[in-house]
Amino acid sequence: MAGICSEKRQYEEGDIVVCRCKEVTLKEIRKWISRGYDTFDELKRLTGVGMGPCQGRGCRDIVMKEIARMTGKTLEEIGTGTYRPPVKPVKLGMLTEANKEDPWKGKVVSH
Amino acid sequence: MRETELLVVGGGPAGLSAAVEAASHGCEVMVVDSDLALGGQLIKQTHKFFGSESERAGTRGFKIAEILLDELGQLKGKVEVLTNTTAESYYRGDGVVGCMTDEDNYWFVKPKKIVNATGASEKILPFPNNDLPGVYGAGAIQTLMNVYGVVPGKKVLMVGAGNIGLVVSYQLLQAGVDVVGIVEFLPNISGYWVHAAKVRRLGVPVLLKHTITRAIGENKVEGAYIQAVDDNNQLMGEPQKIDCDIICMSVGLSPTVDLLWQAGCKMMYVPELCGYVARRDNQMRTSNADIWAAGDAHGIEEASAAMVEGRIAGLGAAHSLDHVDRVQFGERLGMFWQRLDNLRAGATGEKIRCGVGKCTCQAWEVD
Repeated sequence: MAGICSEKRQYEEGDIVVCRCKEVTLKEIRKWISRGYDTFDELKRLTGVGMGPCQGRGCRDIVMKEIARMTGKTLEEIGTGTYRPPVKPVKLGMLTEANKEDPWKGKVVSH
Repeated sequence: MRETELLVVGGGPAGLSAAVEAASHGCEVMVVDSDLALGGQLIKQTHKFFGSESERAGTRGFKIAEILLDELGQLKGKVEVLTNTTAESYYRGDGVVGCMTDEDNYWFVKPKKIVNATGASEKILPFPNNDLPGVYGAGAIQTLMNVYGVVPGKKVLMVGAGNIGLVVSYQLLQAGVDVVGIVEFLPNISGYWVHAAKVRRLGVPVLLKHTITRAIGENKVEGAYIQAVDDNNQLMGEPQKIDCDIICMSVGLSPTVDLLWQAGCKMMYVPELCGYVARRDNQMRTSNADIWAAGDAHGIEEASAAMVEGRIAGLGAAHSLDHVDRVQFGERLGMFWQRLDNLRAGATGEKIRCGVGKCTCQAWEVD
């Protein structure tokens, strides 16, 4: 654990991390928006923003507002991007195991 | 594959109320909650509620959670509770829900009906160094202090003077933590005056039309810069250095609606409700006839309203499953709406009334 802080990625002075899961910065987001990639789904594919453990719960709002600011569109016009299952990351191995047996069989789970 | 009549996603004030209401009519209910304990945000709330007595005004939040859990306990046999369980996926083809328990169990349940009471997530502000350890959301601070008994630090800069920012500031002071100041972007305090007065009496400065511009520190927060904003929301004057080791953000919530999007519910951006929410009829039913929503997931409001909305959604789901007859349904629905209207009365409820009006339709063409 000792290395965590010292390994902190170095950002350019004044740059801001918008997606803490995938370490995407505001500068990167702005760069892509200015090139015309002005939807959340496009930015997601280009930068990985919103694809980490929190699945965009921290960054989506900030990115949407930045798109709105730079394009002059309203949040409603921009839309949100696609929401797909699962809402937080699930290991692929678990999906293959899923439903083979009832994980609650024999366990007392009632309130 | 598990089966249940009603799956309630989220065991906070709305979800618990929905579960209690539905089960009390004889509905078989499964409650899943991603947290380790039920109660949602209520278990962190040490302050007394406002509003009308029928909505538990005068009772502290965590006590309200105890009351709801007690009611749920009385319905033993009807309600199954799974904590540390996230409803991950809604499969549109067959209405099956994929759930993950303990991060190593993925399993499926096929409910006949669903109440989505997934609450809200905290907004965060973008500013340089906002990824430093010591930058918290107000919810995390409340969890640390009020659930686990851990003080987060010594000197806190609070960002946001809404109710949560004010209440958490007061709780920090109660725990012996110094709150060096509250900055608020807006020209006014949006929280209740009684909360604002409490922190002002204890000498905490509330700086209106101010914002945080950066966090200072190498490996953790060692301070912050704040600055005034003008009438066009542009920074003005010189930045001011604040000595603090914690920056607490309390800058609003957005409804957690992932499952509703997945389920193809008709959604709408409603600024008054703080984000995208599902369009609904007067029983909280979404455009997907099998799915209801309630609480913050249906628009950011207070826990007291979330509890009534949960009741309505639970009643609606139970009615659709033939556990409630038409007459009783109509009577209870009317009674709950009376209570909701009371909570939303007056000037403070105007924003909510406006927002709810935008996304509510008379009835879906279902049944």
